[in-house]
Amino acid sequence: MADDRSREGTETAVAEFHKKIKEAFEVFDHESNNTVDVEEEEPTGYIRFEKFLPVMTEVLLERRYRPIPEDILLRAFEVLDPAKHGFLSKEELIKYMTEEGEPFSQEEMEEMLSAAIDPESNSVHYKDYITMMVIDEN
Amino acid sequence: MGCGTSSSVKDKKSETALKAALVIQNWYRGRSAQLKTRQRYALTIFQSIEYADEQGQLQLSNFFSFMLENYTRVLEEDSELVTHLLGSNIQDKDRRDYLGLIDVPDSYCGPRLQFPLTFTDIDLLIEAFKQQQILHAYYVLEVLFETKKLLQRMPNFTHTKTSPSKEITICGDLHGKLDDLFLIYSKNGLPSVSNPYVFNGDFVDRGKNSMEILMILFVSFLVYPNDLHLNRGNHEDFMMNKRYGFTKEVLNKYKLHGKKILQILEDVYTWLPIGTIIDNEILVVHGGISESTDLNLLHRIERNKFKSVLMPPVPIDGDRATEKENKVGTTSTARGIRTNGSLSEQLTKHEWDQVIDILWSDPRGKRGCYPNTSRGGGCYFGPDITSRILNKYRLKMLIRSHECKPEGYEICHDGKVITVFSASNYYEEGSNRGAYIRVSSGTPPRFFQYQMTSATCLRPLYQRVNAVESSAIRMLKERMISRKTDLIRAFQLQDCSKSGKLSVGQWAFSMENVLGLSLPWRSLSSRLVTTDKDGNIDYMSSFQDIHIQKPVKEVQPTLIETVYRYRSDLQIIFNVIDSDHSGLISMEEFRSMWKLFTSYYSVCIDDSQLDELAERMDLNKDGSIDFNEFLKAFYVVHKFDKLNKSDTTVA
Repeated sequence: MADDRSREGTETAVAEFHKKIKEAFEVFDHESNNTVDVEEEEPTGYIRFEKFLPVMTEVLLERRYRPIPEDILLRAFEVLDPAKHGFLSKEELIKYMTEEGEPFSQEEMEEMLSAAIDPESNSVHYKDYITMMVIDEN
Repeated sequence: MGCGTSSSVKDKKSETALKAALVIQNWYRGRSAQLKTRQRYALTIFQSIEYADEQGQLQLSNFFSFMLENYTRVLEEDSELVTHLLGSNIQDKDRRDYLGLIDVPDSYCGPRLQFPLTFTDIDLLIEAFKQQQILHAYYVLEVLFETKKLLQRMPNFTHTKTSPSKEITICGDLHGKLDDLFLIYSKNGLPSVSNPYVFNGDFVDRGKNSMEILMILFVSFLVYPNDLHLNRGNHEDFMMNKRYGFTKEVLNKYKLHGKKILQILEDVYTWLPIGTIIDNEILVVHGGISESTDLNLLHRIERNKFKSVLMPPVPIDGDRATEKENKVGTTSTARGIRTNGSLSEQLTKHEWDQVIDILWSDPRGKRGCYPNTSRGGGCYFGPDITSRILNKYRLKMLIRSHECKPEGYEICHDGKVITVFSASNYYEEGSNRGAYIRVSSGTPPRFFQYQMTSATCLRPLYQRVNAVESSAIRMLKERMISRKTDLIRAFQLQDCSKSGKLSVGQWAFSMENVLGLSLPWRSLSSRLVTTDKDGNIDYMSSFQDIHIQKPVKEVQPTLIETVYRYRSDLQIIFNVIDSDHSGLISMEEFRSMWKLFTSYYSVCIDDSQLDELAERMDLNKDGSIDFNEFLKAFYVVHKFDKLNKSDTTVA
C-alpha cells in the first residue's frame, strides 16, 4: 500500500520534472528541432532532448547540483585570505581564479570583477559581495 | 620525514587553495548559468507576447471585412473611411500643392537640406539628430517625394554584385533605434560607392526615432541609389504603424503637418522593393519564404498594390459588380461599397499571399511548411523548403531578419539561412545584441555584433538580467490581469475542493490555455504566484499586487477588463474611423463600432454600460468622443511600483 503510494508519488514527481525540463529545453531550442547548443565537448555541438531528459531527471530527483551554501562560500574566500584582511586584492583574485581549479576565461574574470570589485580600493570585500549575490538570488 | 614536512605543508596549503578556488568557480558558474537562463526566459516572454499581438493585429483584417459588410449604412455617408479601408490612390498628391503651402521660418535652426542631395546632407542629418533636433516637415516631405519618385523606377528585386574588394553590408531590423544606426555607420563606415548596404526592412515602429532613421536611410538612398538598397519589412505598413507606435511618433513630432506626412509615407512604403539578390547567389528578404514562393511571379507583380497586411484583396463576385459613376469618380459594388477605380486595382489573392510569405515567414527546424500560428501570417518553413526553393532558383543562401536573436544573428538550415537583427536591446535594455553582416562573393560572411548601453559603464550581468526580467514579468502580469475573469474561471474549474489551491501542473495548464502563450510556466511560477510548503499554488495570489485602474467608481470589472484587453485593437479601429485624424469620433459612430466589436469578438457587455461610462468620464465633446482619452483611462496599476502608470502604452 505505502509502497504503491510512494511509487505513484515518485511517478507524478518524475512526470512533473519531465514537463519542467521540457519547458526549459524549449526556451533554448530556437529551431524547435529538439536540440540545444552545448558548450561541452560534444562532437556535434548539440544535445538531443531524448538524451538530455533522463540525465536531467536523475539530477533533479537526486537533488544534485544544489546551490552552494553561503557559509561554505565564505569559508572558501577566507581560505584564500589567510591574513584575514576581509578582502582580496584584484590581483590576488585574478591569480586564484585564472590559475587554480578550473580556470576562468578572460570574459568570466571580467564579468566577476565588474560585480565584485570595489573601484575605490581595487579590492574585493568578499563578505559584502556574497551578501549582495545571495540577496539578489532571492 | 624531516625534509618532507615543509613541502607537504605547502602542498596542503595549495591543495586547500585549489579546493577553495574550485568552490568559488563552481558557485560563480552556476550563478552565471542561472542568470543566462533567466535572461533567455525574459526574451521568450517578450517574444511570445509580441507574436501574440501580431496575431491579434492580423485578425483585425477579418474584423474589418466583417465591419465593411455590416456597417455600410453608416459608411454610405463616409466614403473616406471606405476608401481608406479598401485602399485608394486618392487625388494625385501633387507636391507643389503641399510644399507650396509650407514655410520654413528663419527661426528654424534644425538641419536644412539642399537638393539635389549630396553626402554632406547625410552628415548634416546625423549631426543634427545626435543633438535631438527635428527635421522640418518641409524637408521631410521633399525627401519623401523624391524617394517615391526614385523608388518607382526600381524593380521589385534589386540585383547587385560584390567583388573581393567591395563587400556589401546587410543590416536587419532597426525599429526606430537611432543609436544602433549611428553605431553601424560609425563602426562600418557611411554608405558610398565602395561601401554598399542593404537595409532589410522594419526601419520603424517601437523605438522612438523611427522618423530620424527613415530620413537618414532615405537621404542615403537618394545620394547613393545604386549602393544603398532598401527592402520592405512587415512594419513598412501604415496599419502596423498605427498599432506599433510610428503613427503616434509622427503626429507628436509634426503637429501641423503630421497627417500629410503619413499620407505620403503610405505611398512610399508600397514602392519599397520586395528584396535584393546579391551575386545571383544570395536572396535577401525581410521574413522568409514558403513552399510556393515563386520568384518569377514576384519579379512581375505590381508591388505598389500591396498596401497593407490588413487589407487583403476584397473577394469580388464579378457578375453582380455594377459600375456607377459619381462625382468622386468611384465605382460601387453590389454591396454598396464604393471603391476607387476599377477592381483591377488590387493584387490577386495568390499574388498577395506571395508577398505576405516574403514579409512574415519564419524558418524552423521542423521539415515542411506550416501556417505561422504565432504571428498569424506567413508560414514556418523547414530546411527542406529552403533547399528546394534555393535550388529551384540556383541560389546559395537566404539572408533574412524579422526575428530578434539574443546574439544579433543566427545561422540555421545547415548554413543556408541567416537571420540578422540590428536593433540591440530591442525588448529592454540588456535583452539582446544587434548585428550586421559583410559579404562578398567567394568568402564566407563576416558577422559584427554590438550592444548599445545607456550607462557610462556597463552594469554587471546580474543587474542587467534583473532589469530585463522584471520588465518581462511585468508585461506578463499585465497580460494576466487583462484575462483575469477567464483565468479565474479556468482555475476554479480544476479546483474541485474550492481550496484556492492548485498543483503546479494544473496551474500551468490553465495559464497556457487561457493566455495562449507557450512559456516555461513551471520555472516562471516562482515569479508569478505564491506557493505553499506542499508545493501547491495559491492561484489568486497573482492578482493581489496589480489591478486595472477604474476610470470611474461604479463600473463593472468585466467592462474594464475587456476595454483594457482590447485597447490596442480598439485604438486602431477608432483610428481608422477617424479618417481625418482629429482624435474625435461621433458618439453614434462610437456606439455602432462598439456594438459591432462586441458582437464580432463575442464579448458580453451591456451596451448601456458603455454609454454611461463615456458620459461619466466626461469625454463627450459636443457629441463627439475623444477616444484617445477614453483608452488612456484604462491602465494597469502595479501596487509595489513607484510609477503609477503602466509602461505599456497604447500604440
